[in-house]
Amino acid sequence: MINQNINIALIGNPNTGKTSVFNQLTGLNQQVGNYPGITVEKKIGFCKLPNNVKGNILDLPGTYSLNASSIDENVVIELLLNKNDKLYPDVAIVVTEVENLKRNLLLFTQIKDLEIPTILVINMADRMEYKGITLDIPYLEEHLKTKIALISSRKGYGIEELKNLIVSYKSIPTEACLNASSIAPEYFNSLRKAFPNQLLYKLWLVITQDVNFLNLERKEIQGTFTKSHSDLKRLQQKETIKRYQFINDVLKEGLQVDASIAKDFRSKLDRALTHKVWGYVIFFAILFLIFQSIFEWSKIPMDFIDSTFASLSALTNSELPAGVLTNLISQGIIPGIGGILIFIPQIAFLFLFISILEESGYMSRVVFLMDKIMRNFGLSGKSVVPLISGTACAIPAIMATRNIENWKERLITILVTPFTTCSARLPVYAIIISLVIPDTYVLGILNLQGLTLMLLYLLGFGMAIFSAYILNIILKIKSKTFFVVEMPNYKLPLFKNVALNVVEKTKAFVFGAGKIILAISIVLWFMASYGPGKKFKNAEAIQLSKIENAGISQDELDNKVAAYKLENSYIGIMGKTIEPAISPLGYDWKIGIAIISSFAAREVFVGTLATIYSVGSTGNDDTIKNKMAAEVNPVTGKKIFNFASGISLLLFYAFALQCASTIAITKKETNSWKWPLGQLIFMSTFAYIVALVTYQILK
Amino acid sequence: MRTTINSLKKGEKAIIKDFDIDIIPLKLLEMGCLPGNTVELLQIAPFGDPLYLNVNGSHLAIRVETAKEIEVELIKIKL
Repeated sequence: MINQNINIALIGNPNTGKTSVFNQLTGLNQQVGNYPGITVEKKIGFCKLPNNVKGNILDLPGTYSLNASSIDENVVIELLLNKNDKLYPDVAIVVTEVENLKRNLLLFTQIKDLEIPTILVINMADRMEYKGITLDIPYLEEHLKTKIALISSRKGYGIEELKNLIVSYKSIPTEACLNASSIAPEYFNSLRKAFPNQLLYKLWLVITQDVNFLNLERKEIQGTFTKSHSDLKRLQQKETIKRYQFINDVLKEGLQVDASIAKDFRSKLDRALTHKVWGYVIFFAILFLIFQSIFEWSKIPMDFIDSTFASLSALTNSELPAGVLTNLISQGIIPGIGGILIFIPQIAFLFLFISILEESGYMSRVVFLMDKIMRNFGLSGKSVVPLISGTACAIPAIMATRNIENWKERLITILVTPFTTCSARLPVYAIIISLVIPDTYVLGILNLQGLTLMLLYLLGFGMAIFSAYILNIILKIKSKTFFVVEMPNYKLPLFKNVALNVVEKTKAFVFGAGKIILAISIVLWFMASYGPGKKFKNAEAIQLSKIENAGISQDELDNKVAAYKLENSYIGIMGKTIEPAISPLGYDWKIGIAIISSFAAREVFVGTLATIYSVGSTGNDDTIKNKMAAEVNPVTGKKIFNFASGISLLLFYAFALQCASTIAITKKETNSWKWPLGQLIFMSTFAYIVALVTYQILK
Repeated sequence: MRTTINSLKKGEKAIIKDFDIDIIPLKLLEMGCLPGNTVELLQIAPFGDPLYLNVNGSHLAIRVETAKEIEVELIKIKL
């Protein structure tokens, strides 16, 4: 029985292990959604606490302070300033890390000024001995006016103590731990007099931040109390100095470091990973390893899923009573679902590698290593993170550009990110490569198919960098440039964090993209199974009456009828209509249909071909790949998927912007239709031209 | 001559003296880059930029153009 629900907000600097604490508290009881109207991830988890209390834990985006510089950080302030929000915390938990306690406490002192009961979590306590750190907990609790939980989310200790503290949150002091208003006594006194019922620090936040504050008209404060931008900033600097003075004083007594014990593994690793030669060698070796393994390791589960669905489709076809519904299931729905599930292995591997790189702290070194080079192309070192995570999906990658402080660098990053090879292109590449590139080894160890895939990835990056260079010359935007990046300590990635991240991202992909793919598969099946006019209706009679068909077996006749029906179905007519536009690229009308349907999302390509080829064939359990390999052009007698058309198709998919979600997110992040439409037109025209030229040269 | 962070050599420590508040981003101040705090240059990226610093115990990287704006006083190492 649940006696009580309490709201808990988890707050902290990035890289303090806040998410591990969240995972430790909630396990698998998590829900991921979005804040209304914005694309900031909202994570809520549930946790059983002592005395039958249930905790609703909100994992807020990581922030260095309550001075917001991005929408992610704004979310934190908006929640903490709005008492009417249904997630407004009964108790706040500020997560800090023992080695960066000084900096992490800045945010803590700000949260304390909001007079919310606040628990201080000092994480990574297992590293104290190693670093020669000792803490005087009672002293710290007294001066910071809080309760402290010393925990290690890595080793899993201290979590029970934290739960006990949460339940007894009412006994935690709510007073501020320092008087920040002493930086400008006159100003703050008159502010206090004007709004006696409001918390002084909240007023200060409303004045300095661009947030909505429901209880108070913004204008009211702004009239009398606004100061010039640089005056405000001067006050904010004074405030920051004041807070650090307080923190330094407290830590002088409360924290001792015996430097003779501390071992420095970090600087050695830094020297190697940011070395002017080895740094780059290591970085490219890691990228190479990732792409080789994605292709090699996911082969087995992918083949398994592919053949399972092919036989499942044949099974339903033979076991269920014949009819329209059976056809819909065996030819529309099952191949459609198979077309989604087949991506899981590769997407999971990709997210696995990306979250390991992020968790370990290596990604920051890459930012450091690449900044100067990237600036030549109008990008920032921080653009490397979106460009690499763009290999999973452009949507989170474009969202990850938010921490690029310079608007021009950020805009260029957003515009070029869709060129990187996202996981939706992967199944398209995988199937075409396996059809047109031989499965042989060069130099004994390098798989030629894996190598082709790697080249396609490099091509994506190359095109992104090249267009950034062009955009940097064309775009005339002046914006103040600054660049601050934290270099976190190296950590061994936690299995639980990585696993949860992989599961969550894969799930989001399967259900998000899956819905579109399934819907399109069903629509396609209908369009391929029905057609207008007499030709479709009388297909059997027309084929029977043909002279060349006299005396052929029933099976062959069935196949001819099915093929003829498909050609004269709605989808066949559509495909035939656009065929003149795509035949110079080496594609037939079936591929044309797949391209049209993949303008909603590229990954639909394989599913579409799966549906189209399933409709044409009765009850055979061949895999999609084999069906595609057997496809012959009736005019030339050559295979449809040959080397020239295959390469042309690969290049088309490498460059075209075929993703409705990317267009939507670019619109949201740039706040204008100008950029996503420009992106769409440029990328797709470019793709068409490149595919055309390639096919004409190779054929 | 004015000493700024970018003129430090690798491994040198200095005390932050002064900077133009309008140029330096607030985020850098919050990371501990404030007058009176110590700064140590840990690494210089290939091609000379950005700089990897330890400021007041925080590890962070900034570009040379920002480092140029922060005046420091070198701490002489006692022999």
